[in-house]
Amino acid sequence: MNATVAVTTFLAAGIEVIEMVAIVVAVGSTRSWRAALVGAAGGLVVLTALITVLGTALRDVPLQPIRLVVGALLLVFGLQWLRKGVLRIAAQGWAIGQGEEHVDESDVPPDGFDWTGFVLSFKGVTLEGLEIAIIVVAVGGASGAIGSAIIGAAAAVIVLAAVGAATYRLIARIPRRALQLFVGSLLSAFGTFWAALGVGVRWPGGDLALLYLVALYACTGVVLLHFVRRWQAPPGRHDRTATSEEVR
Amino acid sequence: MIVVRWIRAFTRFWIDFIVGDDWTVAATVLGAILVTWGLVRSGIPAWWFLPTAVIGITVVSLRRATKEARRPTPPR
Repeated sequence: MNATVAVTTFLAAGIEVIEMVAIVVAVGSTRSWRAALVGAAGGLVVLTALITVLGTALRDVPLQPIRLVVGALLLVFGLQWLRKGVLRIAAQGWAIGQGEEHVDESDVPPDGFDWTGFVLSFKGVTLEGLEIAIIVVAVGGASGAIGSAIIGAAAAVIVLAAVGAATYRLIARIPRRALQLFVGSLLSAFGTFWAALGVGVRWPGGDLALLYLVALYACTGVVLLHFVRRWQAPPGRHDRTATSEEVR
Repeated sequence: MIVVRWIRAFTRFWIDFIVGDDWTVAATVLGAILVTWGLVRSGIPAWWFLPTAVIGITVVSLRRATKEARRPTPPR
């Protein structure tokens, strides 16, 4: 069991699971719990199938090209999260960052199965699950530890879904923006490490390079917050935090 | 026509999903990996290049995003 891989996929999948839970809770509480849960179950089946198919397909490919392709993919993906994390924290602060999901409840059928609720829940879980599948296959495939990556992601789904089912308030208290910045740094670090290994780079310190890359990107993100706040402020007022509208 | 529209939407979804809202970040990352490969082939230590390029493009991209967000939208 590769603990680094398991923890990384747990954290990265965690962000997506929080969003999944938010969608399912919104559909369940406003439309129909039955439709929301059946839709979520359908989405999880798609997620499991995707991981199984992609994981099996990668098994026979040599590690070097996997590291190059997956590293580049993970780096581009991780940088998206890092940028979003910096922009959102700069505009809205470090506080929670869990937005309410809004669901139209005007056409809920009084009896019978709520197919709209099912589709909303299924689509939400499938789209978030797609990101989880890519993270699991990328992190697990490039490190040759797909089992550990699956364990990390499955633990995130089980733990956060259970907490969300018990009380959504706990899930809503997870500081998602901060997590996004940190996980963005983590994925970018893994992506940099593997993409460079894929083209033959020798990292000083070997695997320890992952630690200093995570620290480098996380510190850069935190330092950039200061600059982004200044850039967002109108000319002549550098002491103000920008509004959320300005980063959209 | 429906098939073409479907393929277009499918392609756009994946580009949005992987590349995101700033394609220059993805292009710079790919370019930086190519340069790193070139440095390795030339026997020059190359481990520093990719992280430097990543930090550089992150700064440029954030600067551009904040500039665009502050630009007033033209009246309809």
